[in-house]
Amino acid sequence: MKKSKQFWSFVAASLIAYTVIQVLLNVGVLNDFHSNILIFMSINIMLAVSLHLVIGVTGQFSLGHAGFLAVGAYISAIVTMKLNLPFPVAILAAGVIATIAGLIIGIPSLRLRGDYLAIATLGFAEIIRIVFLNIDYVGGAAGMQVTHLTTWTSAFICLFITIVVIVNFTNSRHGRACISVRENEIASDAMGINTTYYKVLAFAIGAFFAGVAGALYAHNFYIIQPSNFGFLKSIDILIYVVLGGLGSLSGAIVATILLTIVSTFLQNYPETRMIIYSLVLIVVMLYRPKGLMGTMEITDYFKLWRGSKGGSQHDK
Amino acid sequence: MEWLQQLINGISLGSIYALIALGYTMVYGIIKLINFAHGEIFMIGAFIGYYSIAGWGLGFIPALLLSMASCAIIGVLIERIAYKRLRTATRIAALITAIGVSLLIQNGVIYMRGAQPEAYPEVLRNKSFDFFGAQISSQSILILSVSITLMIILQFVVHKTKIGKAMRAVSYDAEAAKLMGINVDNTISATFAIGSALAGAAGVIFGIYYTKIDPLMGIIPGLKAFVAAVLGGIGIIPGAMAGGLVLGVVETFVSALGFSLWRDAAAFVILILILIFKPSGLFGKNTREKV
Repeated sequence: MKKSKQFWSFVAASLIAYTVIQVLLNVGVLNDFHSNILIFMSINIMLAVSLHLVIGVTGQFSLGHAGFLAVGAYISAIVTMKLNLPFPVAILAAGVIATIAGLIIGIPSLRLRGDYLAIATLGFAEIIRIVFLNIDYVGGAAGMQVTHLTTWTSAFICLFITIVVIVNFTNSRHGRACISVRENEIASDAMGINTTYYKVLAFAIGAFFAGVAGALYAHNFYIIQPSNFGFLKSIDILIYVVLGGLGSLSGAIVATILLTIVSTFLQNYPETRMIIYSLVLIVVMLYRPKGLMGTMEITDYFKLWRGSKGGSQHDK
Repeated sequence: MEWLQQLINGISLGSIYALIALGYTMVYGIIKLINFAHGEIFMIGAFIGYYSIAGWGLGFIPALLLSMASCAIIGVLIERIAYKRLRTATRIAALITAIGVSLLIQNGVIYMRGAQPEAYPEVLRNKSFDFFGAQISSQSILILSVSITLMIILQFVVHKTKIGKAMRAVSYDAEAAKLMGINVDNTISATFAIGSALAGAAGVIFGIYYTKIDPLMGIIPGLKAFVAAVLGGIGIIPGAMAGGLVLGVVETFVSALGFSLWRDAAAFVILILILIFKPSGLFGKNTREKV
């Protein structure tokens, strides 16, 4: 009851946000530069939210998210540019193939834990990048030409679906199983939860949305190159999730919005941007190892605020 | 004698990986942290070597020693500032901090001197010797002799000295070592100092061998050295040496067979195979995790 109310208010709020921005775009208050930032922000939020499902909810430390982004980007580019199919088909194909890649990577490597999993996923992402680098069909190191098809509307629709699916997944029985894997894998295994199944499931869903984000990413630029999807891209996505709070969806979204704005303004000073990023990362980890918001959501803060004004705190 | 030639090249490359891998393995063995900043210490070592040879006109051996000493200090500073607070934190927090430190060093160096690569000065004339039909350059001999000397010294330090004994005790059980009167903090610092000094030495000989260095050079050799450490069994010193050599030889043979673009993938394929089939590494024993 409570959850469904929250869900419908989220749908209403996002519809309003979309309409307002669309009107502003049509009137001309927001120009191409702004709409570009909005698209870029949506793509980053999709990446952050999909990685949040793997790291924040399931507790599996994956360092290879850029690999799925690369799969999505290249597959969608092949579908639109080489096969001449429409853009929605490309988005779907990107997601599906990225899921398959996620399964191929996830099934063997999710037997590993912690640091080893991080390194294995990193290795897989590098292999994906090297594979694209060596296939002449997709242009090798020179990259592949892609037409600009991503619009604010398509980015918004994909973002909306991503958030709805991941929020509902997290609140479902499966999501709770994933959280129990995060809290204590051995104990949840002993409670009869099929930990491998849930880890692979979360990994595959994360890969699907990263692939969809990849399709939007590819069609937002005019050229994609394997060097766009290196180790640093994975770190970029990781920073969004970690900064917001490991386990907080709204935290990841807020952090992504803030960092996307910051990096847009620091576009011409890449070193300064990375120095700020890394200092923020170190300081946050030293003083708040669970990220800025921990596992709290924004709605939890509202509840706390209402609770401190005399209301009941136990109405969950 | 083509294959002998490739074997010699592979061993030269592998001994560089082995030197970096030793630092990874020692740090992992003692505080269970993948020190992502280790590749950056390697890069700093290469640059200190470059400036001391090209800028101040030092010879090879003084430059090597200077670079090792500076890297040891930098390694200890990083440990004291960034990692010490995280001893009791989760492994993920420590790993993310290490990634942060690594990005900070890379971009700090780019900020200070720019991203342009630098050509390493020639410290010794390049002569080639004939060895059963294969050509060995004087540089390969230099690399091998430096690495072997350092590894022998390391074995001596770890097995015969007091600090080595303390390191082994702390890596076995830090709590018990503390109860026996071992200063755990100093032991960890010493581990970082030794590991970083070896990475610094690797940086200098890498520069001499490849003649080109740049601020982002630490990423790939750093990752590969980690692969080498995992290959040999992380935390095991002879394992890191063997892993480094195997990796170097495999990579050289992959290039020699005409797949040079796939060379970097070979290391990661090895990593994944090892992690899947024998996660404890070639020299490791399996341990079961307890609740």
